[in-house]
Amino acid sequence: MILQNDSLKIAGREFRSRLMVGTGKYADFAQMAKAIEISGADIVTVAVRRVNISDRNKESLLDHIDLKKYTLLPNTAGCYSADDAVRTCRLAREAGLSDFVKLEVLGDEKTLFPNNEELLKAAKILVKEGFTVLPYTTDDPIVCKKLEDLGCAAVMPLGAPIGSGLGIRNPYNIRIIMETVKVPVIVDAGVGTASDAALAMELGCDGVLMNTAIAGAKDPIAMAEAMNLAVRAGRLAYLAGRIPRKLYATASSPLEGVIE
Amino acid sequence: MKLLVNGEEKITSPMSVYDFLLTIECDPRPIAVELNRAILAKNDYRTTFLLEGDQLEIVWFVGGG
Repeated sequence: MILQNDSLKIAGREFRSRLMVGTGKYADFAQMAKAIEISGADIVTVAVRRVNISDRNKESLLDHIDLKKYTLLPNTAGCYSADDAVRTCRLAREAGLSDFVKLEVLGDEKTLFPNNEELLKAAKILVKEGFTVLPYTTDDPIVCKKLEDLGCAAVMPLGAPIGSGLGIRNPYNIRIIMETVKVPVIVDAGVGTASDAALAMELGCDGVLMNTAIAGAKDPIAMAEAMNLAVRAGRLAYLAGRIPRKLYATASSPLEGVIE
Repeated sequence: MKLLVNGEEKITSPMSVYDFLLTIECDPRPIAVELNRAILAKNDYRTTFLLEGDQLEIVWFVGGG
């Protein structure tokens, strides 16, 4: 029962689950709420958008997320400059009354890769303003180190492009990042299925963040459960310590006493 | 008087931000408001009065990753 005493610590706060999930792309709020619950996540990401002032019939997302149970992590998705991202974070803090932000500053629409120059600029301002900044970044150890030095509470390198489902494309970079920074390393984006999440955790990552892999699955509720198990299995395997890889066989059964 | 609210022109009589939110049936709790690009604290909605040409951004949380 090693996992019972295992927790993810970010900026002095403790979270039991190492899986963070998004709230986008679900068929409806009921499906979203069920998927979040089954995933076991403690942290859920949300986006900040204009209220539709012409059509006020829309329900609030927050009617479906118990804020006593979940920590909101507002993102800056859709921001292409440091200025827009900082502005979005300030609005998010006012709407959600929490300092946690998932900072993303995008470079282009096709790849949704981060614009690291603007990301660093925004991170610097937000840390100074007292935000707990969790930046989505490329899997670049140098950029991750710079983000840590600026005071970010974690780094969130991508496994693959957002929504691509390609998995952890460069596990070696992720390992170097983990050796380079002391803050939690959370793989954000690119996960396609349970084995991708398990791999991230087996590498020793502190957590995994995903949205499309669950919401876009044929059965999002079942996939949420799969991810819950995968993240815990991967974490446990990491803590257990895997055997080294060898080219040739080593017999599992004793060589002594074989009949002749 | 004219306001620009979330990029749309709105005509309204002079009133507080709080009353304006009520007239557009917007629950003031789960939202954040920017007035002329500066964050307006929730405590200030009732005491802040709108002026001709003011620009409001009213946002809330939606599903996202």
